[in-house]
Amino acid sequence: MIHFDHVGKRYPGGFDALRNVTFALGRGEFAFLTGHSGAGKSTLLKLIAMIERPSAGQVVIAGRHLEKVRRSDIPYLRRHVGLIFQDHRLLFDRSVFDNVALPLVIEGYHPRDLARRVRAALDKVGLLDKEQANPITLSGGEQQRVGIARAVVNKPPLLLADEPTGNLDPDLSREIMGLFEQFNGVGVTVLIATHDLELVRRLGHRRLVLDHGTLKAGGEA
Amino acid sequence: MAAGGKRASAGASSSRPLHPLHAWLQHHRTSLRAGLATLAHSPFSALLTAGVIGIALALPAGLFVLLNSLQPFGSHLDGSASISVFLKQDLDAPASQALARSLRARPDIAAVDGITRSQALAEFRRLSKFKDALDALPDNPLPAVLVVHPAPGHSQPASLKALAGELRRSPQADMVQLDMEWVQRLNALTRLGQRGIEVIAGLLGLAVLLIVGNTIRLDIQNRHAEIEITKLIGGTDAFIRRPFLWGGLCYGVAGGLAGNLLVGVALWLLSGPAERLSALYDSALTPPSLDPLTALALLAAGALLGLGGAWLAVTRHLRRIEPA
Repeated sequence: MIHFDHVGKRYPGGFDALRNVTFALGRGEFAFLTGHSGAGKSTLLKLIAMIERPSAGQVVIAGRHLEKVRRSDIPYLRRHVGLIFQDHRLLFDRSVFDNVALPLVIEGYHPRDLARRVRAALDKVGLLDKEQANPITLSGGEQQRVGIARAVVNKPPLLLADEPTGNLDPDLSREIMGLFEQFNGVGVTVLIATHDLELVRRLGHRRLVLDHGTLKAGGEA
Repeated sequence: MAAGGKRASAGASSSRPLHPLHAWLQHHRTSLRAGLATLAHSPFSALLTAGVIGIALALPAGLFVLLNSLQPFGSHLDGSASISVFLKQDLDAPASQALARSLRARPDIAAVDGITRSQALAEFRRLSKFKDALDALPDNPLPAVLVVHPAPGHSQPASLKALAGELRRSPQADMVQLDMEWVQRLNALTRLGQRGIEVIAGLLGLAVLLIVGNTIRLDIQNRHAEIEITKLIGGTDAFIRRPFLWGGLCYGVAGGLAGNLLVGVALWLLSGPAERLSALYDSALTPPSLDPLTALALLAAGALLGLGGAWLAVTRHLRRIEPA
């Protein structure tokens, strides 16, 4: 699903966020991406989501060489990647339902199908009773679950999460990770960047360890 | 992740996106609603913007209507533009009538009035004080005259001059007189007025473009987070542009309506004095009024400028908002 081949990312100013990173993540795999802050975890996820472009090497996602993707095609590729952020990135001027519906509105679903899928996604994360609430009235854990519902509502084959449990207590963190495991159980490839090593150890999935932009462990499957 | 790839299932339903055209239309509908909602969300500032656009549109439109209402006055004068052809003394009546007939047949001549030598003498006797002197002369010294009225489309100075030159070359003509000075002055004045309105319309059109552009730019800034998130979850540039373009169009149309209202009120205020002036000119002037075509053009201009201004703002600012 994800192939990194000697990938480097140098930001303007000469800072190397990633150096010579090579790894492969198979379809349906579940992996954690760990490392100290500033190790390049977010940069790696941004390369997969095409928020950034690599300055060296090749990134291949589901058989597509990302360096050959034109700017105008990026939106269509992003529709196949569910993104989850530490700060949730919800829109507080609309309801939970409308937040979760946004990817389906973008893809142009009939309102009836759209409502059914939004409710299915909200049911999955246990927030069906909150669909008319404004996200700002929800707790941090609930907001994150809305973010997850939005990421999975159009059933992407790949889920990327950047510190999804960063602001949550251990119980809520376990709950969120349980959701990711459920999605993985139906075949979704999941890559989660986190510095919660305790949780990572306990769940025992594959680990990719970044240290100052280089991959220290987990490169070989 | 490839478009043809098999999608893993995270939910329970198997629905698919609508046909692209249907989805496109559906999003245009929602975008129009969003555009109207933006206006309704802050009605006072929306009204203010529409009012400013309306004033900018009403000024050239009002002047245009006024100039148009002067047009009948101008063509009335045009109608009196004429060329006097004094015929040679030895030309007899049938010959001069034949010449008049052949002139009448030309497409650039509307009418030819013939004044025979005896008619000219009678008129001269009536209007002048040389009655006795004329009686003393052995024969009529006055020539026959053909007064040539050009056809409506041929009263411009250049074509009048050409026609006069042609008449001057004809063997029957002794002298050809064309008084064009006032025709030229009127033409120059009308042209100046038209050019002035064009310049004003151009400048104010630019102002509308900038007003709408700036309003939409602020709107884009206010919705920075929404745009960023939409880009992150796969919204195309066109998808993100749409609500802003509809917003600009709504502003433009609202401005066009306001402009029509302002022109209507202004003309209503002018109608009394204009009617009095018209009476003094023997109804040569029609009181200025906003005809449906001009009103529609005003609305269309507002819509186009609104859309254009939004387009400018969107192309300039949307690209700079990239998720980070």
